[in-house]
Amino acid sequence: MSENKIDNNCLSFCQPSEVDLQKRDFLVKATAATGAVGVAAVAVPFVGSMLPSERAKAAGAPVEVDISKLKPGEKMTAEWRGQPVWIVRRTPEMLAKLVKHDDQLSDPNLEVPQQPEYCKNKDRSIKPEFAVMLGTCTHLGCSPNDNFVATAEWDGGFVCPCHGSKFDLSGRVFKGSPAPKNLLIPPHQYLTDTTLLIGEDKKAEA
Amino acid sequence: MATNKKTIAAGVLDWVDARFPLTSTIKGHLTEYYAPKNFNFWYFFGSLALLVLVLQIVTGIFLTMNYKPDAELAFASVEYIMRDVFGGNIIRYMHSTGASMFFVVVYLHMFRGIIYGSYRTPRELIWLFGVGIFLVLMGEAFFGYLLPWGQMSYWGAQVIVNLFSTVPFIGPDLSEWLRGDYLVSDATLNRFFAFHVIALPLVLLGLVAVHIVALHEVGSNNPDGVEIKATKDKATGIPLDGIPFHPYYSVKDLVGVVAFLMVFFAIVFFMPEMGGYFLEANNFVPADPLKTPAHIAPVWYFTPYYSILRAVPPIGISQFPGVVAMGLSVVAFAFLPWLDKSPVKSIRYRGKLYKRWLAAFVVSFVILGYLGTVPGDIWGQFGSWLGRADRATVLARICSVVYFAFFALMPWYTKKDQTKPVPERVTY
Repeated sequence: MSENKIDNNCLSFCQPSEVDLQKRDFLVKATAATGAVGVAAVAVPFVGSMLPSERAKAAGAPVEVDISKLKPGEKMTAEWRGQPVWIVRRTPEMLAKLVKHDDQLSDPNLEVPQQPEYCKNKDRSIKPEFAVMLGTCTHLGCSPNDNFVATAEWDGGFVCPCHGSKFDLSGRVFKGSPAPKNLLIPPHQYLTDTTLLIGEDKKAEA
Repeated sequence: MATNKKTIAAGVLDWVDARFPLTSTIKGHLTEYYAPKNFNFWYFFGSLALLVLVLQIVTGIFLTMNYKPDAELAFASVEYIMRDVFGGNIIRYMHSTGASMFFVVVYLHMFRGIIYGSYRTPRELIWLFGVGIFLVLMGEAFFGYLLPWGQMSYWGAQVIVNLFSTVPFIGPDLSEWLRGDYLVSDATLNRFFAFHVIALPLVLLGLVAVHIVALHEVGSNNPDGVEIKATKDKATGIPLDGIPFHPYYSVKDLVGVVAFLMVFFAIVFFMPEMGGYFLEANNFVPADPLKTPAHIAPVWYFTPYYSILRAVPPIGISQFPGVVAMGLSVVAFAFLPWLDKSPVKSIRYRGKLYKRWLAAFVVSFVILGYLGTVPGDIWGQFGSWLGRADRATVLARICSVVYFAFFALMPWYTKKDQTKPVPERVTY
């Protein structure tokens, strides 16, 4: 048996005693390790080529929005990074209702950082009248529909068509929705009273 | 003359055989591959799956001749194929009908494997390769569905890619990497095209090849679950219950092909949209990244798993459990060879307990499939005694539990089941 084993390691050109099995084992492992490093190195450009390209990153520049024509109780949609950003001009009645359903919300006190620091307040906004939020459901990225008409059981807000997640007019998610988090508020600032810049905020202020 | 020709042909064949295993391959896989002689209706679907694969590859090649994988041009190029390219509408409808029929055939093929225990020893690897084929097929269907760049294409891809963003820690980066952008965009369309037309088809062909090689190594199972290789003719070594695949089963399968193509082309010609199940109405609207259609649902073959995704409630703020459940519901099939502890393979010799579980599984699968096509609040809500839960969601949860119980409890109920004695030889 042992003879057989040695024969496998040593062909006709060497004597069994000349084979250094330890050295051979080391060489096999060293070759495999070097090859693995090469494979890993060559994987970098391939895997990396699937990341957002420089052009895609550049398209994420901030956008200016004129909100002077937005009437109370209405919503407009701006496009930032190809995604819908909603600006809702809330009426005083709408704002009054927003503070009354905290117990029905998953995260009424905005513990999860889904908004810039300057929007971590009861209206989730810089100016209470204007709510700015990304119109993309935090569940699986569909765009919720408006459902502003308040009823006895519904204070007005958004309902996602995909899996029925419900949000209030501050973009806060109602309990029992598949969406786990409140709608994201992108960084934004007012350039003038009627011009919003979405995608960039005043860093000095924050 | 005639003899001369014969010798030349034989000479060429000898020349080839000395350099390539042509004759021996034909013998090993066709003329001297012995399949059990008691195959029934359920055994059509393997060869039909192969037929649909060929149809998809051929129609796909011709579609790529006119299709443009560009977010600006894709939708219009599909309409161009439909309206201006000669035969384009037939080719496209063959491809879209083929996608659905692929799943019809594969689901029936898998069901055959389940009821006759074709995944049991020594066919575990055939089954695993098959599960691999099923997964790749799902990938093919998903990537392909984005290409027409309609509203359903767009938002379906958006939802599925976002499933990956629920993975803890690396999720958001992972989904961004898959999309190649911050949202589903031209970059996503372009790479899905690459996956759909070259990457996955190559993997699929490889898996189909090893699926068949493994099958022909161990031999086919049959409706009795009896190993025909256990009873061989002593003189020839050929299984007594085996008949050569060609001509016996090649001719039988040809009958299946004719019947299948009658159904297939009836759909292609008269109802290619299948009432919105094969091609969804919203997909005739170009993709709009700023507006989600009022109701989005995947194509019918994904709906059972989609229902499970919707049925699982989030834990804390994480959607991950639903995604894991959906993944498990697909991968669960891979574990069947090790979950089934029954002494018999075929449903013919199993007891009532197993049959009841199988029936419950099939019913749950169908109900989940239906619920996945409709909104979660379609049947309204229960009263406050059940927290105003959606009726449909509650049913989906019950069916999801049955679905997973079929797998999880299989070691128990297959052991406890009162089986019947298995004959030595195949029956009819």
